[in-house]
Amino acid sequence: MATAPNVIIDPVTRIEGHLRIQAFAEPDGRGGGVIRRPGLCAATMVRGVERILRGRDPRDAWAFTQRICGVCTVVHGVTSVRAVEHAIGIKVPRNADYIRNMMIGAQYVHDHVMHFYHLHALDWVDVTSALQANPAATARLAKDNNPGFKADSGALPNAAYFQGVLNRLTSAAGDGTQLGLFGNGYWGHPAYHLTAEENLLLLSHYIEALAWARDVVKLHAVFGGKDPHPNLVVGGMPCTLSSNPGRVSEDAGGTSLNNAGFAVIRSAIARMQAFVDQVYLPDVLLLAKRYPEWAGYGATAGNFLCYGEFPEPTLVKTEFADGAGDYPAGYLFPRGVIWAGNRDRLATFDPALVTENVAHAWYRGSATGVHPSVGTTELNYTGPAAEGGSGYMLQERDKYSWIKSPRYNGQPMEVGPLAHILTMHARGTLPTDAVVRGYVRKYWTNPASAGGVGLAFAQLNSTLGRIFCRMLETKIIADQMTVWYQGYYKGRAGPYWNPKTFARLREPASWPKVVGVGFTEAPRGALGHWVTIDPGSGKIENYQCVVASQWNAGPRDAGAIEGPYERALVGLTLADVARPLEVLRTIHSFDPCIGCAVHIADPDGQPLVQVEVRHAARSGSLV
Amino acid sequence: MNLRSLTSAPRSGTQLDQDVMLDDATADRLLELGISRRRFLSYCAGLASLMALPQSMVPGLAAAATARTRPSVVYLSFQECTGCLESMVNSFPFQGGGTIENLILNLVSLDFQQTLMAASGDQAEQQLRSATNRSGYVLLIDGSIPAQGNRGYFVSGEKNGVVRFREAAESARLIIAAGTCASFGGLPKADPNPTGAVSVGALLRQLGIKKDLINVPGCPPIPEVLTGVILYYLARGKPALDALNRPTMFYGRSVHEGCYREESFEDGPHARSFDDAHARAGGCLIKLGCKGPVTHSACARIGWNQGTSFPMMSGHGCIGCTEPDFWDRVNTGGTKGFYVPLGHNSSATDPINEGPEQRGRTEGTWGHGHEDDDEDDDDD
Repeated sequence: MATAPNVIIDPVTRIEGHLRIQAFAEPDGRGGGVIRRPGLCAATMVRGVERILRGRDPRDAWAFTQRICGVCTVVHGVTSVRAVEHAIGIKVPRNADYIRNMMIGAQYVHDHVMHFYHLHALDWVDVTSALQANPAATARLAKDNNPGFKADSGALPNAAYFQGVLNRLTSAAGDGTQLGLFGNGYWGHPAYHLTAEENLLLLSHYIEALAWARDVVKLHAVFGGKDPHPNLVVGGMPCTLSSNPGRVSEDAGGTSLNNAGFAVIRSAIARMQAFVDQVYLPDVLLLAKRYPEWAGYGATAGNFLCYGEFPEPTLVKTEFADGAGDYPAGYLFPRGVIWAGNRDRLATFDPALVTENVAHAWYRGSATGVHPSVGTTELNYTGPAAEGGSGYMLQERDKYSWIKSPRYNGQPMEVGPLAHILTMHARGTLPTDAVVRGYVRKYWTNPASAGGVGLAFAQLNSTLGRIFCRMLETKIIADQMTVWYQGYYKGRAGPYWNPKTFARLREPASWPKVVGVGFTEAPRGALGHWVTIDPGSGKIENYQCVVASQWNAGPRDAGAIEGPYERALVGLTLADVARPLEVLRTIHSFDPCIGCAVHIADPDGQPLVQVEVRHAARSGSLV
Repeated sequence: MNLRSLTSAPRSGTQLDQDVMLDDATADRLLELGISRRRFLSYCAGLASLMALPQSMVPGLAAAATARTRPSVVYLSFQECTGCLESMVNSFPFQGGGTIENLILNLVSLDFQQTLMAASGDQAEQQLRSATNRSGYVLLIDGSIPAQGNRGYFVSGEKNGVVRFREAAESARLIIAAGTCASFGGLPKADPNPTGAVSVGALLRQLGIKKDLINVPGCPPIPEVLTGVILYYLARGKPALDALNRPTMFYGRSVHEGCYREESFEDGPHARSFDDAHARAGGCLIKLGCKGPVTHSACARIGWNQGTSFPMMSGHGCIGCTEPDFWDRVNTGGTKGFYVPLGHNSSATDPINEGPEQRGRTEGTWGHGHEDDDEDDDDD
């Protein structure tokens, strides 16, 4: 068949999880080609976390859902405790909101920096070219590009420093047989066009970011005891102020929230801000200047969704009530929808318009889409047995992925950093919104003579735009960390946990909701958990997650409308069809998290979620 | 020993003896890698101390960590969440001026690790084939594996989990199961195990493959434990293991034994509620469901994230994540749950040689109270 996929990437590496990409590139006769039709994006692993949750104690759900993903570790936990708190009508103390904001914020900063350097950079940085770099010239470039930055060792990045980086890289490269992690990349591909010195500079930051990352996640350890998978609790936070904050020895008893712990947090925040300002931001701008053509590739349909995140703790005053409006009015990232790339209008988000369908996912169930709170799910693998022989291929007319297709008002939506920046830009009411507008102008739309890259606003919807927006939101959050920390520190002696929480779980008559919903904006985008607690047993009756990477990485729907990853491949021009670097660049620009996207399973064919009509009638809303 | 002391600069008069002799090759290699000898020895000495090894073993650890020919490690991921890798990457005890990255680049040759490797698709699969065609590599696994390959619950590189595992396991010299999912089945295996997930050990038995296996459980494992086990193996071979194939040097004692809140375990005062006065003062969390007494791990001894904290220090009980089937542990009153107490009228040990099969049946001995019986007042 003329259009049989000739671009196949399996496994897609430098992502979380297990992903396969298929596409057809129309050959140009010179080894290259152009992708003119949407690709096929298949998630190839499933565990069944939601099914496992049924019948369990709702207080435990956060720990299970956290393990949906060790990269997104905090956000699934927070979403879960929010869902249960919503279901039973518990408000958390202000300290808990501040701490959750800081923990989610630290995850964003940590995650986005690591994505850029450790998961995405090697799509733009040629390691073999870096080995040819002149250390002295690289030091001059560093002084110009990253003024003020000192290595983790305290060393200035001078010629000797870069010679040391080269030594390490060549030592790792060795005699060529032990390239380790850097082995067999698309090195020498014509689409790489940084200079040798630029390549070495970014690789030095790849190494520096490892040391940096270890320090910034200490914030999670202070509040949550460990990272990954820090501890949370329904009703607030389990951590609490030490009775003896001045005495930091463990022998003195107390808790991690003592003066030593606060010093760790302040230091982590300062390190976040310094690294973002001195390294991440200028490196992204350097990349944008060298690869501006990538603002012309990787666009999705232009519809964006954001649930809202980082509630302003001082504004939380809404009582739990039915329907929309259960959540705080003031979010750093607004709750809303952008249609057709409209830069000025933020439409209202209506939770009832979220649906999932399984037309091309390995489940039985509705091909046309139902609300997550009334969906049914049943595993139905119809793909190849994959015993190791040849001829493995997935077909777009069939079911081909473990990810369901979420839709909003029937449309595929892009979620994540691009959606966050566009919704803040469109809202324009908060001081941080004005900062976003200023940065977009300064660094993106301004001409090169004024320090920008001279690209159109609409071109933010692109491979490069996603990278730029991810950096921009990291900058906004890193700066906001100080505000949250100060707000928290001022009130640190106050409560951390709502003591009514566990008792309330035994009093179903007092619950305002039977279906609780928790929304967060994860680093990769809109994340929602729906929980139904059985009033009789107090156990989880049903649990359902609709996850960020599911929105972006989902397969076609019943109308054969492709998901955002699949759509973003259209128009890609490949220099070498056998080495599809351009496809990796675009897929990686979404920061795939496939463990998150796939989490549903029920081999017994029982409905995962059964919201009885009486529940819906009582709560007045299916949400 | 807490990692805080391990990661700070060596003090005179500590066990970090400046006279530790390194052989010339190791010393040259450190120089070549730009690693401070002093800090490196401090790291090795600390590691030896954590593993309860004599300081005479420090040079051997140092030599293993800097060997010119790096042992090949193939790291394969199955039904996992990437938390184990995050843990390994995000934390490392040695703060010698960023030079630990030298170790990451130089300790082993990580020839396949799909979350970090440059190569993708066919080129990644070529890497895997060429690495597994050479014998003598260490195979590191995270995630459980669906025992029935053809049901499609795990496929990567066009091969199902069983096929992919078998091909990599056959020529490995050692298999390390990193994390609780690989060690014991973990979250995917939690009731009702929707995908038929099994541990690495169970799959080896199913396939009739006999290999050395070390389980390094934890959700995720403490990074210093994982890297310590690798380093120990390179220097000294297989460490002593308990009945669950866990290295006793790290899993020989309960979390409880190293926890400072343990002081009030027997006689109180216990924290009765999150955020109460006793929780703030460091009282035992046993009534809030802490599973520390029956959980074998070095969390409280080593600390997390370079000794910054550990779960109980930050106010939450241990959830028991290094034990088999901890997601389904049955507590007091026959109830599952992380906030259901074990009971507090029992001794603080759980016989380590009691396999997972027996575990469920013995839980009844953990007291007869119930979490709701807050009135059984004996601690205030």
